[in-house]
Amino acid sequence: MRELTYEVPATAEEAVAKVTGDEQARFLGGGTNLVDHLKLGVSTPKVLVDISRLPFDAVEQTDDGLRIGTNVRNSDLAAHPLVRSGWPGLSRALLAGASGQLRNQATTGGNLLQRTRCVYFQDITTPCNKREPGSGCSAIEGYGRHNALLGTSEACVATHPSDMAVALVALNATVVVLGPDGERRIPVADLHTLPGHHPEVETTLAHGELITHVELPVTTLAKRSTYYKARDRASYAFALVSAAAALSIEDGVVADVALAWGGVAHKPWRASRAEEALRGQPLEESAIASAVDEELRDAVTGPDNDYKRALLRGVTTAALSRLAPTEVSR
Amino acid sequence: MTARPFEARSMGTALDRVDGREKVTGRATYAVEHDADLDEAPLHAWLVTSTTASGRVLRVDAAEALAHPHVVTVLDHTNAPRLADTEDRELAVLQDDRIGFRGQIVAVVLAETSEAAREGARLVRVHQEAADASVSLDGAETYAPEEANGGFEAATDQGDFDAAWAAAPVQLEQTYSTPLEFNNPMEPHAATALWRDGSLTLWDSTQAVHGVASTLAPMLGISQDRVRVQAPYIGGGFGSKGLPHGPEMAVALAARWADGRPVKLAVTRQQMFGLTGYRTRTVSHLRIGAEPDGRITALEHAAVGQSSAVKEFVEQTAVPARMMYAASSLRTSHRVAALDVAVPSWMRAPGEMPGMFALEVAMDDLAEATGIDPIELRERNEPEVDPETGNPYNNRRLVECLHRGADLFGWQDRPAEPRATLDGDWWVGTGVASATYPASFAPGNTARIIALDGGRYEVSIGAVDLGTGSRTVLLQIAADALGVDPEAIDLALADTDLPMATVAGGSSGTSSWGTAIAQTAQQFRADHGEHPDPGVETTTTTDGYPSTDHALHSFGAVFAEARVHRLTGEVRVPRLLGVYSVGRVINPMTARSQLLGGLTMGLSAALFEDAYQDPRFGHVVTQDLASYHVAAHADVRDLQVEWLDDVDELATPMGSRGIGEIGIVGTSAAILNAASHATGVRVRDLPATPDVFSS
Amino acid sequence: MEHTVSLRIDGVDQEVSVDTRTTLLDALRERVGNTSPKKGCDHGQCGSCTVLLDGRRHLTCLALAVAYDGAEIVTASGLAGEGDDGELHPVQQAFLAHDGYQCGYCTPGQVCSAVGVIDEAKRGQPSHVTDDLEADIDLDDDEIRERMSGNLCRCGAYVGILDAVREAAAR
Ligand SMILES: Cc1cc2nc3c(=O)[nH]c(=O)nc-3n(C[C@H](O)[C@H](O)[C@H](O)COP(=O)(O)OP(=O)(O)OC[C@H]3O[C@@H](n4cnc5c(N)ncnc54)[C@H](O)[C@@H]3O)c2cc1C
Ligand code: SF4
Ligand code: FES
Ligand code: FES
Repeated sequence: MRELTYEVPATAEEAVAKVTGDEQARFLGGGTNLVDHLKLGVSTPKVLVDISRLPFDAVEQTDDGLRIGTNVRNSDLAAHPLVRSGWPGLSRALLAGASGQLRNQATTGGNLLQRTRCVYFQDITTPCNKREPGSGCSAIEGYGRHNALLGTSEACVATHPSDMAVALVALNATVVVLGPDGERRIPVADLHTLPGHHPEVETTLAHGELITHVELPVTTLAKRSTYYKARDRASYAFALVSAAAALSIEDGVVADVALAWGGVAHKPWRASRAEEALRGQPLEESAIASAVDEELRDAVTGPDNDYKRALLRGVTTAALSRLAPTEVSR
Repeated sequence: MTARPFEARSMGTALDRVDGREKVTGRATYAVEHDADLDEAPLHAWLVTSTTASGRVLRVDAAEALAHPHVVTVLDHTNAPRLADTEDRELAVLQDDRIGFRGQIVAVVLAETSEAAREGARLVRVHQEAADASVSLDGAETYAPEEANGGFEAATDQGDFDAAWAAAPVQLEQTYSTPLEFNNPMEPHAATALWRDGSLTLWDSTQAVHGVASTLAPMLGISQDRVRVQAPYIGGGFGSKGLPHGPEMAVALAARWADGRPVKLAVTRQQMFGLTGYRTRTVSHLRIGAEPDGRITALEHAAVGQSSAVKEFVEQTAVPARMMYAASSLRTSHRVAALDVAVPSWMRAPGEMPGMFALEVAMDDLAEATGIDPIELRERNEPEVDPETGNPYNNRRLVECLHRGADLFGWQDRPAEPRATLDGDWWVGTGVASATYPASFAPGNTARIIALDGGRYEVSIGAVDLGTGSRTVLLQIAADALGVDPEAIDLALADTDLPMATVAGGSSGTSSWGTAIAQTAQQFRADHGEHPDPGVETTTTTDGYPSTDHALHSFGAVFAEARVHRLTGEVRVPRLLGVYSVGRVINPMTARSQLLGGLTMGLSAALFEDAYQDPRFGHVVTQDLASYHVAAHADVRDLQVEWLDDVDELATPMGSRGIGEIGIVGTSAAILNAASHATGVRVRDLPATPDVFSS
Repeated sequence: MEHTVSLRIDGVDQEVSVDTRTTLLDALRERVGNTSPKKGCDHGQCGSCTVLLDGRRHLTCLALAVAYDGAEIVTASGLAGEGDDGELHPVQQAFLAHDGYQCGYCTPGQVCSAVGVIDEAKRGQPSHVTDDLEADIDLDDDEIRERMSGNLCRCGAYVGILDAVREAAAR
């Protein structure tokens, strides 16, 4: 029998020490992902270190932007007046995720570190390299509608499910991480990893490193940001694919653009090649489509997820159109 | 005697649901919420299921689980109580080592708490020997069954189809399919069981308390009067709780083992995808031969479905084609593959839902091929008499439904050509489909009426209310049949200690139970007059009502507007309208909710529902509500239902026909027809997800 | 591991003994005997288990009871007065008036969620369908539908639920 103990650390340092010192310990944030996995048997820790009562529950304005405590709930972050005005794409991404109840519970750090929704990963009776390294990947030849198309490996084709993370990548956010040796900063774009031979490794964090904050730089581009999520149901569904975008048009051409995709890879995907292709161009649907295709040059798809190519053209166009000052020509 | 029609006084009025307060406060008690009725804290059961689709259980290693301080026992095929009859392999759980499908019950953990039961189940090691399994309908060998669900002939052939088809100037030949669909009532299947003094008491989430007792008792080797089943509240069923499934037997066996101590079992949402029935995938091959004016001369519907080697179930997909349209030659058939998969069963409108999906999309195909308006096309093929039996219809008002719907929906403004309207980024289209459902009636229902003090009556029947409103509607029927106000009646339902009632299914419940109540009321008045002495009672059982040579069916017309995003292929349904002819509507409020609920489920099937049964493993891997989508609130927009003023006293003495299922029939077809009209892309397979349109 | 947590449940302070793994939902249903919150999926995917937790709508199936020591929980039962004729909450009355339910299993969660939705809109929280993120919230039908989408209803009572929430919000 597996004992499961529960601890409430008094300080962040204590939390880090507890988890760093015990392979079987996990941080507990809002619990919406971890408790799910406890029940499914996907995650089998022996110690839960509850960080939800640590005082990282504020959204603060700093000289360069915003500093968001990990315990800020998704709903509060989305509704925060500064986020709504300065980083609307982040609000939109959060509001497109999960449900009202879940957003009231889910934390910023937990959202970033939620794990894939790959159905095999969640079903402990099937092989999955991420859950059980070396057991095989059931998704490659199985239910493939949600599989990744960029940065995949023969070991894993899972996607990262967070909407918020996609927006944070487009908005150049940074996570502040506390480890046993102190604090460090990691761009959100570098937080998650590609599966390679080790899909069980999902981030560049060491075991026991705690996300304490997310920092958002203030930019004019961020003010014109949005999020478009394509999904089956109109609400309460994970993305098929999604696009976070920020855009500035000057003299009829794209002066600057930021673009990130969800539902395409093991990490939120910064579409830098597409951005590059768009800069300096008039914003036309054909230009967007070829920029997307440029980003997808190395994409690998099968019959079940090939539709994501067209859908990415669609969501990218839809997202950028929302930001364009005038109608995007077809 | 048989019942006679009677005057409607409460019938036809929107009497408030009698159980509303309990439901909006959550105080209504569902199957595993009866601890207060138990004299001892219950044990919690958790099911352990097979992880191979075919083969044998070699050994169930429960040592680790039993080491858990709160785990009480682990039952498997070696130590579970024996059944007297193991013929029904779906229900004969833990009786032998055979594995018939992945997800089959192979052990049951009993523990003091639900956490311990779950943890115990995780710790049980089931050693299995896998055998070759056939789990995929594609390419599987099929056979012609003896009959289809509902007792329908598996195949029919009228006129000379081959000749008519060969001669037809317009020939349409297409394949339409529906995927595996799961009922997914919000309350998972669950039961509390108590075995005491050789008798079993079950609080079950079931659509048929007597059905459960009569099925379980002989298998348990006890007489039926030793099984008491109660189902005061049921959190939906949609067919999946119509017949008992493995979990009910598992909890009964666990209770027998625990002799004297109650046991609770709640099936997990994930386990419901293996153990509690589903709608089989259907593949319908249609050939329609027609004149250039759209008149159908040859109609063939050949349906293929999935069945389980453990127990046969044949969805009667081709049955509605037998009566829907006039066709001088008509051929229908069913074939199924007996796979090593979970046992399919009833899901709302078995047969009609997938069958009318196929037929009604085919009618749209035919409308396109002949250039005739879809409503006009249906009118031209309206039969004079029931094509199958030659009997006259009583009250076939399909055309009126179509016309009324067309007016309400604004059909006349519809552009004839597809892909004609782009509103912003959305392609807009409209579509129509017919709906039908037979007026089913189940004989053998018994009702009892006892006169109480003060002009009150106790009316009893073992019927259940799974959310449809039976508890309210039967009260109205009883009141009118006795000629008193509903407040004068104490209605007792949902208990096998009460007179026998048939299943709440096949839209037969209200018709069949109501007829029994009406007949009993009339006999009661004949026996005891208008001023009976308190204590007198009458009990009667129905044989049927009345014998008629008429074809009795309900009809409807469903209109949909679909919007398809030109860039992403996302599909939305801003408007959905159903106009029905269903006989007398006994309670307009609950009836409206039933029909809206049917439309909603049809919309859900049109756009989302699709279970992926992994051909390598044999089980459904989209086995939860995040990966198997049912419609959420945001998907359901402007939904309207209307019904024609109808009274059908050939169907029931109340003048009503059933309404539980017709709302789902035709709805998915109307939506897909609308999506095709919007985009010009014809979709013949459910569901129409964004990937279908996004290229 | 056994723990004792203090919870205020429907106005009554209670000490509840739970295992680390016990969810708030199971604590309420099995240890406290309050079965008003329902278990539809146990994995955050249906909303049946929604309660008001410290005033906000919250699922209870993905919440470990140990982590909520000191919380105040109001279930749909607690929204209504006690007994057979205790007064119903306006949202509950509206659900009855508009037949916003059928089987009733999702209903306590819908009711609690609706109370939360109305409050969130009053506090100006935007939703996915809010056009202008910086404008005041007009809780129109689209807003209600989106905000109530975390509560699935397989009976398909959404039309009645919408009417009920609209009416209750206008009160
Ligand atoms: C039905 C359903 C639908 C959903 N739909 C969506 C959706 O559409 N879009 C979307 O983006 N998300 C969706 N989600 C996921 C949801 O957003 C996440 O579960 C949630 O954000 C996780 O946050 P949490 O605080 O609850 O995390 P927890 O479950 O507490 O933690 C998740 C992981 O992060 C670790 N962790 C938590 N906090 C920290 C920290 N500060 N530092 C280091 N490690 C930490 C934990 O150890 C754990 O491994 C859905 C969830 C459900 C159940
Ligand atoms: S895609 Fe990744 S998570 Fe899914 S089964 Fe393969 S290895 Fe596991
Ligand atoms: S039971 Fe909690 S969301 Fe379904
Ligand atoms: S009322 Fe039955 S699930 Fe909503």
